[in-house]
Amino acid sequence: MKTAFPPKLFLRFFRWFCHPELRDYIEGDLMELYNERHNDLGKRKADLKFIIDVLLLFRPGIIKPSKQNHSLNNYAMFKSYFKVGWRNLLKQKGYSLINVGGLALGMAVAILIGLWIHDEFSYNKIFKNYDRIALVMQNQVFNGEIETWSSQAMQLGPAIRNDYSNHFEHVVMVRGTFDHKLTFNNNSVRKMGAFMDTEAPEMLSLQMLKGTRSGLKDPYSILLSESSAKAIFGDVDALDKIIKYNDKTEVKVTGIYKDIPYNCDYADLEVILPFQLTVILDNLESRVGWGNSWFRCMVQLKEGADINTASNAIKDVKYKGVMAHGNVNDDIRFKPELFLHPMSKWRLYSDFKNGVSVGGAIKYVWMFGVVGTFVLILACINFMNLSTARSEKRAKEVGIRKTVGSIRSQLISQFFTESLLIAFLAFVFSLLLVQLSLPWFNEVSNKHLTLLLSSPLFWMVCISFTITTGLIAGSYPALYLSSFKPIRVLKGALYSGRSASIPRKVLVVVQFTVSVTLIIGTIIVYKQIQFAQNRPIGYNVNGIISAPIRTEEIKKHFTVFREELLKTGAVKEVNATDSWITETYVTNSGFTWEGKDPNMSEEFVTLRVTPEFGKTVDWQIVEGRDFSRDIASDTLAFIINESAARYMGIEHPVGETMTWLPDNGTYKIVGVVKDLVSQNPYAPVKQMIYILNYKRINYINMKLNPNFSAHEAIAKVESVVKKYDPSNPFEYKFMDEEFANKFKGEKRIAAIAFVVSTLAIIISCLGLLGLSSFVAEQRTKELGIRKILGASVAQLWQLLSKDFIVLVLTSCIIAIPLSFYFMNNWLMQYQYRITISWSIYALSGMMAILITLATVSFQTIRAAIANPVKSLRSE
Amino acid sequence: MKKYQLGEFEEVVMLTVGILYNEAYGVSIKKEIEERLSRKVSVGALQTALKRLEDKGYLKSHEGEATQERAGRPKRYFVITALGKRALEHIRSTREKLWGAIPKIALNPGKFDTAF
Repeated sequence: MKTAFPPKLFLRFFRWFCHPELRDYIEGDLMELYNERHNDLGKRKADLKFIIDVLLLFRPGIIKPSKQNHSLNNYAMFKSYFKVGWRNLLKQKGYSLINVGGLALGMAVAILIGLWIHDEFSYNKIFKNYDRIALVMQNQVFNGEIETWSSQAMQLGPAIRNDYSNHFEHVVMVRGTFDHKLTFNNNSVRKMGAFMDTEAPEMLSLQMLKGTRSGLKDPYSILLSESSAKAIFGDVDALDKIIKYNDKTEVKVTGIYKDIPYNCDYADLEVILPFQLTVILDNLESRVGWGNSWFRCMVQLKEGADINTASNAIKDVKYKGVMAHGNVNDDIRFKPELFLHPMSKWRLYSDFKNGVSVGGAIKYVWMFGVVGTFVLILACINFMNLSTARSEKRAKEVGIRKTVGSIRSQLISQFFTESLLIAFLAFVFSLLLVQLSLPWFNEVSNKHLTLLLSSPLFWMVCISFTITTGLIAGSYPALYLSSFKPIRVLKGALYSGRSASIPRKVLVVVQFTVSVTLIIGTIIVYKQIQFAQNRPIGYNVNGIISAPIRTEEIKKHFTVFREELLKTGAVKEVNATDSWITETYVTNSGFTWEGKDPNMSEEFVTLRVTPEFGKTVDWQIVEGRDFSRDIASDTLAFIINESAARYMGIEHPVGETMTWLPDNGTYKIVGVVKDLVSQNPYAPVKQMIYILNYKRINYINMKLNPNFSAHEAIAKVESVVKKYDPSNPFEYKFMDEEFANKFKGEKRIAAIAFVVSTLAIIISCLGLLGLSSFVAEQRTKELGIRKILGASVAQLWQLLSKDFIVLVLTSCIIAIPLSFYFMNNWLMQYQYRITISWSIYALSGMMAILITLATVSFQTIRAAIANPVKSLRSE
Repeated sequence: MKKYQLGEFEEVVMLTVGILYNEAYGVSIKKEIEERLSRKVSVGALQTALKRLEDKGYLKSHEGEATQERAGRPKRYFVITALGKRALEHIRSTREKLWGAIPKIALNPGKFDTAF
């Protein structure tokens, strides 16, 4: 009988997967069956049944174990790996400290930055309608440049609500946020809040503790946050109580909502008042038109509505509105175009240039993300370097293990076990470090971060991140050490020359490139801040306190009020303005003058002042004179700054006249002052006009008498203010502090950059310390012989340090163009900026080399002064 | 008591091994079961059961002759061990106990239908 053959592929498949102990017998059975079927049923059916049999045999009992001896000793081996790894850690405490410490530092930085980024991305997400809320913004053309505003006219809300309800579920006009005075039973408090349309609680998904979300229907109502209800009413039930609002009117508490968490816009919303209330109280209907962009307009898209379609639909609403109201020659010329800015972009993509979104804070998220990753990589590099450097020490162990029967994969898993052990130890330490540094970090970054210990996601991310770190950090030693040939290592012929140390050198160069780049970056950030801070600001804010005016009494009797203050002796000069003197952002347009380009759409920052403004802040008059109380015509006088003179293109503006359209009169320019930096300290000063006005004033500015202590002087001022405004608490700000606040954001970045680059350099130096001690140890005998032959300590030190210096110099050379590229980009956002000079590079290079020398010398000098007798006697 | 663990198919395999005595190897067991119980048995299911029974110590095996129709592969003969015998007996006695405990009426309900 001729033997038939079943399908070869399946037979081979069967032979491949079958447990070797069973293979022959089962194959015999299969063949016997196949032959029988072949004879009875024919080849095709026999083949088919054979295939089915083979496939059905593919099951756990029959398949061979993935590794031989699988169940035998893997557990024991892993136990042994742990034991050996642990003993290795303890045996070399110095190395372990550097390894674990460096890695823990790196991971701590990465975790902190990770938490920060997570916080940034979860901004505003507490709002349930996060995906559907948007802000209506407008692009307007001023002198050929598009400016993007987030503010809108009051008329916009109803226009959108009435005509575009197919796109939007809610439309809410907002005015605020600012503080409001609330009085209940003679107990007054001031609370931050906004005026909002009735649908706002629904849109912001407020959690109502009492009352309902429809509490803003009546114009004379108010919603309180839980904590402000507590501040006003204590433990009394606040619902339906009547509160006196701003001493003007009475409002009823119609609801209490849970405090809004900090990580969102409107976190400071302590009270919400109906928008209709401000319309009534401030007489807005008759006062403001399409040209007054004083408000914000928020919309909530309908379920499933597309934001781009909606954005396109409302593009011309303002244009049409302005046209319909016949105000043709005013706002039409700015070509207003509306668009929607989704809530998800409010925080991180808030910058617009020429009407196009150009990012915003997202660049810091990127920056810190990259920096965090780099610091972590630095720490991993340390680990790799130290392990490979120590490989000589462990080469013999590898040789013996291989001789005794370890296969390469076992050695790989051994080294991975060790690196994972270290990574997990480092992770535990890094959690501790993060916990300890969080209060500081929160203060610097102005956040409320916590370790998200109860979040499974946090643990998943952290643990997978630890494992990844362990695997990356352990990959090089695991793959490199396990490749040793046992015969060569046991013979002691491992010294494979210079090439062995090349990867190590490359890694050190990478480390120092990153560190030096960070150092250069930090120095540039600091220099830029210092530069802006040292900019001559044109006036003196020291010793000036400012207080908001909260009663008409002061405005009405300002002259008497001022004299009374002066009489106390505590203040040297007093004036009043309509903006904070360090934050002048009120702009006006409609000015014409002789020689003005008719196509110019001009705009000036205006500051309404009382005559003593200049004396109070010590401004410097370049031309003309200051305002005077004694010259009655000064109510129709302007003082402009130098920028304004340039802006208008007049060389000697004093004596020129300016007309303020449509009906504000004609003014004479009586003086020109040096620019006062009262806006963005990094930008050129805007063109400004100072106008005398006694009515539209909001803040009193007082120059304190330096002969009094600030405390005494303020007490005296307070007693005078209280006389005019007994019901409000006296609140004031120091203007020098306010001015310093302008640098807060940059200082925050500088502080974080400083800490991160310090950590980066510490981590790199830890690695260097380990490496240098290793090199010194390795060359002990060589040094001993050199010393006997007459080398001096200095020569030996030079010999050992030279290599490292070369590496660091290489890094500096790479870091210079890198940092120039990044920092130049960063500086571009400031108009008033430093130029990056060579001294910065020289300084950072010097610093890097000095730090390196200091680190390395610790080991090299010790090796150089060691007694050669000792080093040569051993063995 | 879970002293002797034996699944239904395993029990069938063991009994068949008993029936075939000395002639029990993969193909013969398969054919015997298919013939007597008229049910399909796959090689995979049978071999898994045999391996498990051997691991439990109910069966032992020895290598047999190789024939041409088996492409030169040896047969593997199975016999029941003493432990296997006890396991079979245990199962049988527990079954019998259960049978004995069933009241007659439960298996012959027809007769008494009218009474209820």
